[in-house]
Amino acid sequence: MSGTFIGMPAFPKAAHEAVNNATLRGNLRHATHTIRAKRAKAVAEVSDWAELREAGKRIKDHTLRHLDRYLVQLEESVTAAGGVVHWAADAEEANRIVTDLVRATGESEVVKVKSMATQEIGLNEALEAAGIRAYETDLAELIVQLGKDRPSHILVPAIHRNRGEIRDVFVREMGAWGRAAPEGLTDTPAELAEAARLHLREKFLRAKVGVSGANFMVAETGTLVVVESEGNGRMCLTLPETLISVVGIEKVVPAWRDLEVFLQTLPRSSTAERMNPYTSMWTGTTDGDGPRTFHLVLLDNGRTDTLADEVGRQALRCIRCSACLNVCPVYERAGGHAYGSVYPGPIGAILSPQLRGTASEIDASLPYASSLCGACYDVCPVAIDIPEVLVHLRERIAQGGRATRNGDTVVLRPAKGHAAERAAMRAARWAFDRPGALRAGQRLASGTRRFHPRTLPGPGRAWSGTRELPAVPAESFRAWWQRTRGGKDVTE
Amino acid sequence: MRVALFLTCVNDTLYPDTGRAVVDLLTRLGVEVDFPMGQTCCGQAHYNTGYRHEAEPLARRFAEVFGEYEAIVTPSGSCGAMVRELYPRMGERARAEGRGDTLARTLAPVVPKTYELTEFLVDVLGVTDVGAYYPHTVTYHPTCHGLRGLGLGDRPRRLLRAVGGLELRELPGAEECCGFGGTFALKNSDVSAAMGADKVRNAESTGAEVLCAADNSCLMHIGGTMGRLRTGMRPVHIAEILASTEARPRAGTEAGPAGTGAIAGAGSRANGTEEPKA
Repeated sequence: MSGTFIGMPAFPKAAHEAVNNATLRGNLRHATHTIRAKRAKAVAEVSDWAELREAGKRIKDHTLRHLDRYLVQLEESVTAAGGVVHWAADAEEANRIVTDLVRATGESEVVKVKSMATQEIGLNEALEAAGIRAYETDLAELIVQLGKDRPSHILVPAIHRNRGEIRDVFVREMGAWGRAAPEGLTDTPAELAEAARLHLREKFLRAKVGVSGANFMVAETGTLVVVESEGNGRMCLTLPETLISVVGIEKVVPAWRDLEVFLQTLPRSSTAERMNPYTSMWTGTTDGDGPRTFHLVLLDNGRTDTLADEVGRQALRCIRCSACLNVCPVYERAGGHAYGSVYPGPIGAILSPQLRGTASEIDASLPYASSLCGACYDVCPVAIDIPEVLVHLRERIAQGGRATRNGDTVVLRPAKGHAAERAAMRAARWAFDRPGALRAGQRLASGTRRFHPRTLPGPGRAWSGTRELPAVPAESFRAWWQRTRGGKDVTE
Repeated sequence: MRVALFLTCVNDTLYPDTGRAVVDLLTRLGVEVDFPMGQTCCGQAHYNTGYRHEAEPLARRFAEVFGEYEAIVTPSGSCGAMVRELYPRMGERARAEGRGDTLARTLAPVVPKTYELTEFLVDVLGVTDVGAYYPHTVTYHPTCHGLRGLGLGDRPRRLLRAVGGLELRELPGAEECCGFGGTFALKNSDVSAAMGADKVRNAESTGAEVLCAADNSCLMHIGGTMGRLRTGMRPVHIAEILASTEARPRAGTEAGPAGTGAIAGAGSRANGTEEPKA
């Protein structure tokens, strides 16, 4: 994934900063609560939402089960329609393919449609290293790019910024990238949008190469689909001479009519709109209409490994709506950057450790970045049971076991730093499997309760730093039950 | 009906008053309750922290100890959800790992007959007015595993609304997690504490005296936060409210740690020794 995230500290450490940043907490709270309420309303309008959700889940599961077949069918359809299909096993290969394709056009700049796949592979950085400038044209991506910042949300990557901060970035940075911000720019949304519009317009009209991802690819027809709100995508997909789309292999759906389901569930789940303003669909190339050359780069980058895991593979159903981020109480307080990936929030916590593996400190900490409250599963339009996958990945980290890496089955060793926990869990299991031992422990705790401290030292401070300790009673329930025969002997 | 109380290890060890409240309440409603002494822990903390294999012997013990009863009642949404949602999953995983269906078959009988307390009252006994009296203002926090795991819905609120003298106040952001999350409270203590503080502030804004929930582990976190933030509120398990009657009122301060609020105060340690008044 993107080089910008290498060397991230573990989640709790990164979250510590965010929790104590009052501006960030305010920005996130306001934004997530607003989208959360709107989404709930948009979904409640649909009487067959549960059926749509189930249908989306089944279409995705069916496609994933026969992914080999549908990808070959897609390649045939795209090729027949005049496109060229490339296969990329990992980020490096995908970046190399795209760089070579841009170089072959002789151009040194590209305009980009907002795309998670190209962020995942760090395409902008790879192009920059090859002397090619990539211009982000989605408003929020533009803010992130101009501010030399990192995205913190799948749908609204600049969610951590407020209007004043955005104005400052525009005034400071736009001039170095092209048309400068208008004189006396204020922080009203209309003025900020107009500044971005003017800045981007010259890029749309000049660009010869467009780079995009896609929300869906239809195997039957070879059609690619991008849904968006701002119209920048439509510009990038239609004005340039060459279009290069980098798309994860799990984005394929079998047939045109499958779109019926997702074009209802995606906008309502992500922007809380009944229908998104722009839906662009293209099938290969058409003479005299749109790009004359179309390349599709199909990206694996850990997806086949993820597909091999029978619990974890449901993460590949994700349609990147970000509803799970907006309802997540942990995301709301820790912010997107703490997840150390272009995929933050609950979906990121199950996607990143599967796509990247669990070897790094940040990836090994992500499955624990959840209270397992289940709000994410409730809102997921393709019914990904995120808590189930989180627990499954915790197991992989704490106990090790089989996983697939680069197509091979490997046996992972338990991650470092879990030895004490493992011993404690084993000891607790031993005691809980012997009611006598449990009772003896309870007696000891009750007998010494007057000497119990009010706060704990060392790792115990994780509890008592912010919360009182529970008081141990004089007698456990089990002791009382035995002494009084279930309360029958109490006669006072 | 032979009904077993599955109290949970946390309640058995730290909150015996909740157990006595369940016994009082069910006895009052004509149910004979047994407490099988072989019970310990359902294995939830092990399972959710990633130690499924350590949880398996505990699940087998649960099935063995409770297998003979017609109904198993627990005053914990999350431990109830462990049995109902996750025991079948444990069986499935064992099968998928090529270990046969012994575990699945062992656990299957206890799954459908395990009830969270408010479910048992409303669905099995068919009562919402349990004859309780509790003259206090109360706000109710639906804990996550009860709400989203078991689908308790409005059962707890219906029970609370029928309690004499009780004024129920709506909790803003009620369905947001309190931030406990088992080992999450320790592994991500900053985020957990921030969630807890927000929950307590919302509870305080209702002006209620009592924050009620159907899970003492969440109440331990919320109550512990209340104590540290020096609010005047106290956390009380729903069983203690439903067990309280005009003839035998219960202070219901048990879930509060030392130093919580004006009523619990230093006296909360002594409450643990309180005997049911005849």
